Order: sequence, then C-alpha cells, then structure tokens
Amino acid sequence: MFNSSFDAVVPMLCVVLAALASMGAEAFRAKDEEMPIGGLGIVGLAGAGISSGLLWNRNAASFGVLVADNFALFVTLTLVIVGILTIMFSSQVLRRDQLPKGEYYALLLFSLVGMIMMAMANDLLIVFIALETLSLSVYVLTGIRRDDPKATEAAFKYFLLGAFSSAFFLYGIAFTYGLTGTTRLDQVGAYLAAQSMSDNPLILVALGLLLVGFAFKISAVPFHMWTPDAYEGAPAIVSGFMSTGVKAAAFAAFARVFLSSFEPFSADWAPIVWILAALTMILGTVVGVAQSNLKRMLAYSSIAHGGYLLVGLVAANQVGKAAILFYLLAYAVTNLAAFGVIALLSSREKETDELRDFAGLWHTHPALAALMTVCLLSLGGLPPTVGFIGKWYIFSAAVSAGYYGLAVIGVLTSVISVFFYLRVVVMMYMADRDASAPVPSQVTGLGMVALAASIVAIIYLGILPTPVLDLAAESIATIF
Amino acid sequence: MDGWPGVVIMIALGVGFAAVMIGLSVLLGPKNPTPEKLAPYECGMPAVGDARERHSVKFYLVAMIFLLFDIEIAFLYPWAVALRDLGWPGFVQVVTFFLILAVGYVYVWRKGVLDWGPVARATRAAARREAA
Amino acid sequence: MPETLVFYVLSGLAILASALVIGQRNPMYSVMLLIASFGALAGLYIQLDAPFVAVAQIIIYAGAIMVLFLFVVMLLNAPQEDAADWDRTHPLRQPGIARFGALLGLLLVVQLGWALMRASELDVPVAGRVDAETIGSVRQVGRVLFTDYMFAFEATSILILVAMVGAVVLARRETDQ
Repeated sequence: MFNSSFDAVVPMLCVVLAALASMGAEAFRAKDEEMPIGGLGIVGLAGAGISSGLLWNRNAASFGVLVADNFALFVTLTLVIVGILTIMFSSQVLRRDQLPKGEYYALLLFSLVGMIMMAMANDLLIVFIALETLSLSVYVLTGIRRDDPKATEAAFKYFLLGAFSSAFFLYGIAFTYGLTGTTRLDQVGAYLAAQSMSDNPLILVALGLLLVGFAFKISAVPFHMWTPDAYEGAPAIVSGFMSTGVKAAAFAAFARVFLSSFEPFSADWAPIVWILAALTMILGTVVGVAQSNLKRMLAYSSIAHGGYLLVGLVAANQVGKAAILFYLLAYAVTNLAAFGVIALLSSREKETDELRDFAGLWHTHPALAALMTVCLLSLGGLPPTVGFIGKWYIFSAAVSAGYYGLAVIGVLTSVISVFFYLRVVVMMYMADRDASAPVPSQVTGLGMVALAASIVAIIYLGILPTPVLDLAAESIATIF
Repeated sequence: MDGWPGVVIMIALGVGFAAVMIGLSVLLGPKNPTPEKLAPYECGMPAVGDARERHSVKFYLVAMIFLLFDIEIAFLYPWAVALRDLGWPGFVQVVTFFLILAVGYVYVWRKGVLDWGPVARATRAAARREAA
Repeated sequence: MPETLVFYVLSGLAILASALVIGQRNPMYSVMLLIASFGALAGLYIQLDAPFVAVAQIIIYAGAIMVLFLFVVMLLNAPQEDAADWDRTHPLRQPGIARFGALLGLLLVVQLGWALMRASELDVPVAGRVDAETIGSVRQVGRVLFTDYMFAFEATSILILVAMVGAVVLARRETDQ
C-alpha cells in the first residue's frame, strides 16, 4: 500500500507544515506577543519552491491521484511566487488593520495547499477537495475584516454562489463517474477516447456541469456575478491573492481536465468555450470602463484577463498551452502588484480604492505612482512589459489555430482596456490632489521590497521572456 | 439484509420500554393537578420571561466544532470495521489524520472556544500575565 | 413481502415528515420533523443495502447538522411566525412567485414521471460496475477508502481544519481576542 512514491506530495507538505506551525504559533502566543508567523509561511513556501525545482522533469506521481509533471510544477512555482509576494504585502496590512495574524496566515497557506493540490490533481475527487479547501479559506479571508459590513456582504455572496457552483461541479463528477466508472483523469480520458458522443449524450451533461464549475472559479461570463462584489469588499491584498492564485489553480485544473481527459470531445466543448471567451473579454472590458472604484475596475479587468486565458484554452495548440502558463505567471505578478499598491496605500479606516484617491499621487508618492504605472501598462498589454508578451503569445496561438474571430475580439478589447488603465495613470500624474482628502499612508519595508521585485520581474520578462517561455513550452510537452 | 432483524428488535424494545413506562405512569399514577405543578419548572422559582432567549454566538461555534469532529468520527467507523484487512498501513493513515486534526483541537482549546463562561477565561489570562 | 411493506412505511414516514417540515410555523418543530424524515431515509438506505450511508445519515445529518440547525434557530431567535402576517408579507406567498413555484413543481413531477416510465428501456453502459453485494458494506467502504482513496482521506483532514479555523475567525467575539 505504501509502495507508491511520496515525492509529489513534498511541495504540498512543506506548505501544510508551515500552515500547521502558524496555527500552533497562534495558539501558544501570549496576548500581545509578536511572532514571525509570516516568516514561517515564507520558509514553507520556499521549501515548496525548492522541492518543485528538484522534482522538475521527473514526472513523479503519488498514490495514483497526484502527478508532479512539469505542468503542475510550473503552476506550483507560480503559486509559490504569489504566496510569497502576498505574505510580504500582508505584513504591513495586518499590523495596520489589526487583523488576526495567525489565522490569516494559516488560511492563506491552507488555500495555497488547495491550489497546489488542484494543479497536481489527477483525480476529479482530489480536484474537488482541493477546490473546496482553497474556496473555504478564501471565503473566510474575504470576510476577515468582520467590523466592515461590506466585507461581510462580499464574503456571504461569494460563499453562497461558490457553494452553488461547487454543487454543479460535484454533479459533473458524479455523472463522469457514472459513465466511466472511475474518477482518475487518465482513465476517464482513456475511456472517453473509445467513445463517441452518439453513443452517450450523458457525456455532454457531465461536460457541461464540470464546465460551469470551472467557469465560476475563473469568473468567466456569465458566471462572473460574484467577482466585482467579492473583490471590492475583501481587503485589497486578499483580492489580489484571489484574482491571481485562485485563477491560476482553477485554470491549471481546467486545462488538465479539458485538454487531456475530455480532449476527445473538444469538437463539442470548444464552441462553448469560444463563446464564453468572447463574452468574458467583451463584458469584462466594456463594464470595466464604467467603474470609478479601482478595486472594482481591477475586478472587471481580471474577468477580461480570464477571457484571454480562455482563448489560449480554445486554441489548444502547443503555442496556446504554453501561452496559458506564461500568461498565468505574467498576470499573477502584475495584478498582485497592482492590488498590493492599493493595499499599502490604504489606512485602517478606509481603503484607498476610489479612482479619485489616486489623483495627484505623483506629488505625494512619486515612487508608488511610477510602480503603479508599470503595473497598469502591463495589465493593458503595452510593451515593454510582460503583459504585452503574454497577450501577443495568446493571440498568435489563436491565429495559428484559425480562430481569427477570437484574436480580433481580443485585440479590440485590449485596446479599449488601455483606455481605463491609462485613465488611472492620467489621474495620478495630471490631476490635482483633492486638498481635503487624507494623505495615503507611507509605504515601508517588506511591502516596498515586494513591489520592487514585482516591477523588476514585469519589465525583465517583458524584455527577455525567452527563458521562461521555453520553460513553459517544456512544461506542457510532458503531458498533453 | 443479514443482522438487521436484531437492530429492529432492539429499536422496538427501546421504544416499547419507554412507551410502556410512560403509559403505565399515566394510567396508574394519581392525578391531582395544581397551578404550581403545571407551571414550567425553573429551579423552583416562578418562571420569569420567555424560554426563547437569544443565545450567544458561542453556542453556534460549539455546534460547528462538534459537527466537524463528528465528521471525523464518521471516518473512523469504516476503518474500525475493516481494521484487520487494513493492518498497520491503515493505522498509520488514521493516526496521521488525527494528528492533523489534533492541531485544530489544540488551537480551538487554546483560543478559549471551549472555555465556559468569563471566569475561566479571566483566570487563564491572569495566569498568563503572571507567567509573562 | 414484508420488505415491500417496510419500504412503504418508511417512504410514507419520510414524505409525511418532509411535508410537515415546510408546513410548520414554529421553526423548532420543523427541525424536529426533519430529524424524523432523515431517520426514515436512513431506514430506506438500509433497505438498499447501503448501511454505511445509513449510519452516516444518522451520525452526521440527523446528529450534527441538526444540532447546528437548532443552534442557528436559537441564535436567530426566530419567533413563531404570525399566520396572518406571514400570509401577507412573505415573498413566497406573492401570487406571481407562488404560481411560478407551482409550475416548477409540476414540471418536476412530469419529468420524474417521464424518467420512471423510461427507466426500464434505458440501458446506460457503465464501466467497471462493482458487484452489488459488496458495494455498500461498511467493510468494503473501509477497504476502498483506506487504499484507493487514502490521499483524498488525508486531504479531507486539511479541509476540516480550514473549516475549524474559519468558524473561529468569523464567529469569535471581539472580547475574546
């Protein structure tokens, strides 16, 4: 029974131990004692990163339900980066807002465990448990500011809709099991490859239900309703974590289920995902233009970015699959940094998230204004940032797969989206400060280090993307 | 369906015993009601107010934690039945499962969720202050 | 024959109790009736040779979840609903919504009837169907759970832990911090 290898579990185990340690530290902490719990998290995540590096190219598998192929490891490394940056941004925020530190880090780390599990899962049941682990943690993180009615409302909405979509997903798993007699993704794939749709229309039911579950988690239109409210109500740094980590993990599992197990039926699901992608890009962009709250605007922007990722999924060629991985990393670093700026500027009383709060930021915080500009340009997909390279690869994948329509929609919506990103930039540099508005907090320490690191990554990968792109291409070569 | 008749007989005996006892006491017991006897019993005092007081959220938390540990118990049941088939590997798995949840138990305990009433919490806080 | 009789008694109990759950004006009675309904369902599971599901139904649903329900009812301190007030203001009693609900209910009945009529002619190929004798036995569940699904089992402990921390974070009172 124990003859299977444990290797694939190691990255996850590092994070689990860090999470358990932070719970223990919180439990035995005296009332006003300061403990370096965030440091524990960084150590655990670094362990996960190093062990993922060591597992590279080894295709380790554990218990038959976890696979640490390069695809999963690439996503794991992305998640490790997301986790470390989030912890660095959080240290100042937690102290300022007096949030329960131990629980915050424990939940953050547990949700990362769920995300890594989701990226490695080779069994629909494990995908579901991972999905629930990460979702439950994120629901609570959304509402962790309990004295804020907006946060509570956001958490409640997110929880209700999330639970509903989990039911859809579980129903899809049940149908898949009923049809194939297994939940292992490789066996499902093998079974389905020998079938055709005319044999069994129930496959379409299973496919549809699973699609709804995933579409909710990546907030694809029309399953995006929760996103703006949840992102607006949650603390800014949690919104940043949700929009990057949850999306990366959900996309990893989405790609694995649909591009390997359900690949034989791609002719059936590709048109549906095509429509989802188009709707998601258009609605995310068009509604984003009308927002005056920066967190809400970034929420719609994150919906639109989900649409670009779906384009890569529809294209489903080698370029497209590598582009998804590269885009996930690029988007994670950029978006987390943008939310990080909002989180660091905010105060305990008020989040600095209205567009007018950013008026004249250049005069009070020149460095932050410059950093925010880089993030926004990258989100808009302008060179020489990583956002440009990511979009360029996604759209060229769509063109080479013959999806000209999607590529055109993608380029057009990108152009429109530049408008609302540049609007913030213009506000920061051109507009005068509202004299009555409180001056946003000064940013110091770890948060600034994390921001600087993200910006360096955004520009470096924008100019020299080849090594990481090659790595992404190598990652998908092993599985699909 | 083997073995279920025993369960049915057990349930029937349980329900039957209770029914017979209550029935007999209703039939044979002397009945002599007074207003005091019919009033709800509240520590021998006259009842004050409604029984439907609003309960503290703490009860809810205890119920929640009970639910979680109950789920844990549900996992033990199949393990206990298949104990001999599973042998040591099964034992190791269950111990791992419990160790992970024990962290949660320690956490809940130390956080004072299981403390009943303000007194226990206050004494514990005082003890901790002295130690510090 | 006695098995058929037991089936009808149990299903009758389950249906009756469920119907009474939504008919009560006192939420406390609703919770108690729901326990009765769950108990009857557990009996049906036993008849279907799924004793583990039956026991889980009693331990988790009729036990723990009902305790949670009771505490929530007490926490909200929901009073006995006033009949006249309820009829007038309850959103589900507005004619439009009531008609829509009735339509949905009717649709469900038709759909179920249609499915039952066709159940005999439907032959869905199911791969790897397990022998019906062994599928539900607790021992078999234990054997499969601790071999094929051992990682899922351990991962569940993390999930339970997250729920625990989440409940403490969200429900603890300020003064306890």
